[in-house]
Amino acid sequence: MTMLNCKQNTELLSQVLDRPATLRERLAVRLHLMMCRGCRNFDKQLAFLRKAGQEWARKL
Amino acid sequence: MSGGAIDPEELQQHRSYLLRYAILQLRDPHLAEDVVQETLVAAIEGRAKFSAQSSPRTWLVGILKHKILDVLRKRSREAELPVAEGEDPDELLDSLFQQDGHWATPPREWGDPEKSLENARFWEIFEQCCQRMPVKTARAFMMREFMDMSSAEICQELVISTTNCWVLLHRARLALRECLDLNWFGKAG
Repeated sequence: MTMLNCKQNTELLSQVLDRPATLRERLAVRLHLMMCRGCRNFDKQLAFLRKAGQEWARKL
Repeated sequence: MSGGAIDPEELQQHRSYLLRYAILQLRDPHLAEDVVQETLVAAIEGRAKFSAQSSPRTWLVGILKHKILDVLRKRSREAELPVAEGEDPDELLDSLFQQDGHWATPPREWGDPEKSLENARFWEIFEQCCQRMPVKTARAFMMREFMDMSSAEICQELVISTTNCWVLLHRARLALRECLDLNWFGKAG
């Protein structure tokens, strides 16, 4: 399995929010995250965006 | 007279937030007005069906969502939905990543972003950032994140493939993240 670059990794991080990920995908993402601070920040921020979206719809 | 019915006047009080919701989705204030009007009429007519199990607000938003989807459906039948107007989709990706796929500028820490959820100014910026996305991208994003629809449902509504749907959602998140970073988190820090 080739290593993911950041662009591919962010794509997967996003898709995981919309569909189930395969085991292989989950491992690839995890490995990348262990080595990449930028993507770790991005991952946390994605979670925040989802939370903000829900909050927006709720509070309006 | 039914005991569970709500007062029409009480329903009117929710008008302004219904309008915000509709404007963000439809991007057309007049159309949004119409949809909200229809929603309130439907709610008042059907108020006997309102059950105290949900809040009036939740109930109204539920009706509004259906009305918005009706409008969107009608529109996509009229083939009015531009595929990628204005913005070149690759432009965003090219600006965020280098040729080899590494970040041009790796995302920085946002500290404790949850605090922002209580800040009214944050929500103004959040809405502006959503409005700045290309229409179809924004629509997919809002259906997913605000209306809690599955990507399968979104593909159906927007008449696009599943892959295309994931691409739109990803692009929306990248754009929103970038916009919030530039206009909120970068400044707040």
